[in-house]
Amino acid sequence: MTLGDLDIGFDELPGAAAAWHALVDASAWRRACEEVTAEGGRLVALWGSDRGAGAGPRFRVHAALVVHAGLAVVTLPLAADEFPDVSDLFPAADRMQRAVYDLLGVRAAAPADARKWLRHDAWSAREHPLRKDFPVEGRTGSAGVEMRDDYPFVQVAGDGVHEIAVGPVHAGTIEPGHFRFSVIGERILRLEERLGYKHKGVEKQFERLTLEQGAKLAGRISGDSTVAYAWAYAMAVEGACGIEAPPRAAALRGVCLELERVANHLGDLGFLGNDAGLAFGLAQFSRLKEDLLRMNLALFGHRYLMDAIVPGGLARDLQAGDADCIRAQCDAIEAELADLRSVYDEHPGLQDRFINAGKVAPELAARLGLIGSAGRASAQAWDLRVQYPCAPYQSLEVKMATHRNGDVAARVIVRFDEIVESLRLVRLLLDLMPMGEIRAPLAPARAGAIGCGWIEGWRGEVFMFLEAGADGAIARLHAHDPSWQNWPVLEHAVLGNIVPDFPLINKSFNLSYSGHDL
Amino acid sequence: MFQLLKKIAVVGIRTEAPPLPDETLRVAEALRAEVLDRFHGALTIRHVDAGSCNGCELEINALNGPYYNLEGLGIRFVASPRHADMLLVTGPVSRHMEIALKRTYDATPEPKLVVATGDCACSGGIYGESYATRGRVSNVVPVDVAVPGCPPTPLAIMQGILTAISVKA
Repeated sequence: MTLGDLDIGFDELPGAAAAWHALVDASAWRRACEEVTAEGGRLVALWGSDRGAGAGPRFRVHAALVVHAGLAVVTLPLAADEFPDVSDLFPAADRMQRAVYDLLGVRAAAPADARKWLRHDAWSAREHPLRKDFPVEGRTGSAGVEMRDDYPFVQVAGDGVHEIAVGPVHAGTIEPGHFRFSVIGERILRLEERLGYKHKGVEKQFERLTLEQGAKLAGRISGDSTVAYAWAYAMAVEGACGIEAPPRAAALRGVCLELERVANHLGDLGFLGNDAGLAFGLAQFSRLKEDLLRMNLALFGHRYLMDAIVPGGLARDLQAGDADCIRAQCDAIEAELADLRSVYDEHPGLQDRFINAGKVAPELAARLGLIGSAGRASAQAWDLRVQYPCAPYQSLEVKMATHRNGDVAARVIVRFDEIVESLRLVRLLLDLMPMGEIRAPLAPARAGAIGCGWIEGWRGEVFMFLEAGADGAIARLHAHDPSWQNWPVLEHAVLGNIVPDFPLINKSFNLSYSGHDL
Repeated sequence: MFQLLKKIAVVGIRTEAPPLPDETLRVAEALRAEVLDRFHGALTIRHVDAGSCNGCELEINALNGPYYNLEGLGIRFVASPRHADMLLVTGPVSRHMEIALKRTYDATPEPKLVVATGDCACSGGIYGESYATRGRVSNVVPVDVAVPGCPPTPLAIMQGILTAISVKA
């Protein structure tokens, strides 16, 4: 693979993801990003790693870029503690670069925003927990609850402007994060997010685990996307070990991923109705979701399919009759979905709240790099199942759902369409289900082996990059949630809207805090 | 509107019977009968996510669905700890949420109950204690009932809530 006329020697990464890897220098790092921007590609993730003391540069930064052929991962070994800023090319890189500094102490040179991001008060500004010499239990005395997180929010001044501070503990059953609104009357002039409250040291934890043990943690990075994460992790491990999951396992993984998409979209459609005042919607969609979760429990042993996907394949197989049970469930959901869709479509009060709320125009979405189902509702036609399909998606001809309006209504429509398509895919996968093994034994991974996972979860693409250590250990695992791209866009989506519409707009994106805060 | 009403009529009421309290979930001494009397069969809950993976939140949300219908038992979620009798806490407490959890606890009027929900809240779970997490909820605020599970099912959470407001058998 080549990237424009750049002289970068990419090696194809083994595994199911269409991915290439290359070591670059600082100028090629910057030029690779420019080339990808010019070609209409995008940034998937940007992260750093520490190789510990020894020969050669200790720190590295990595960027995963989408190019025509697939995923190009570039790695820049750092001679000093700085790397070229690319947040002007990819706005989403801003927070990722700040997180790299908080966790590793290497920073982007002269970025527009140099504030901390993931760090609050659990460790001091001089410490960087992802460094190999930082103990996982932390250092006593250097940090603690007595130190307060003082984050310099941008102040908006002017006649009649005031601030509303919301969170981290919110009014509903949602995850913690802080939203700082600057408003005039009810209208939102500016929203600034402060995340990182759920930072659990996930990436540091991985470095204590073996490749096999890591699967359980991977499935708990963002619980609502456990299938997507477990699959991305399994894909990365399988790549690093040089093995392949059997065809039956791939097909069953597809079934699980689509069931996860259906369950989450059903839940979201219910909450979106509720947030716009239609409790009927929440009751009905919750019922459909609960039916699906109960089926998951009976067939896969877990309501959310946690631990169903393991490196090498699947933890358990379907039994005789299970496929019919899934088909019947899909049929039932599809019929009821059609009824509920016409109720939503024809409900003037509901549509009045949905239409034009939280609008992200396609141009803005492209500029900021909005992805996933929210991106598709703003005409960002990216879906890995369509453009870079791994097994079992190559032969399924997945139909992408897109819309151009970019408002809450569009995000609702995309969800309806995606449920219908996922139900089709589940039934098709069951019809084409290959016979045979569901799990391949893991081969030992050589120290330094690289694997990468890239999966279109219900929220968007989940990406993982794994570097194996000695004796089956994990040297570094980076997990990337699509929420990194989409959280900053929410700050734009709410501008000019009224504060009471924020819950509805926020829900229409339904982003992960845990997956972002790591 | 006709379709909406038809759906309500056809679907009917799907609420199932609630579980009985389970003494094995209790960690702290049960409240005295006269204190429990004050709740009068009506309980308000403030949920605090102190660092979960968001799996437990999915199940807490399911509690308000038609099958479990927690509100039908007189138990409902409220927007402020100042309106709450009980805190339902999830997650290994992240250090970044420690102050927020303590403040939420302090803002809840006495008598108050705390139900630690999920493996992480009960024991620290898969995250344990680290530079970023304080582990189990009882390391940060007192806990009355602990409900294990990853995530615990809606029935298990319901059982934990009902155990906390029941007199010890």
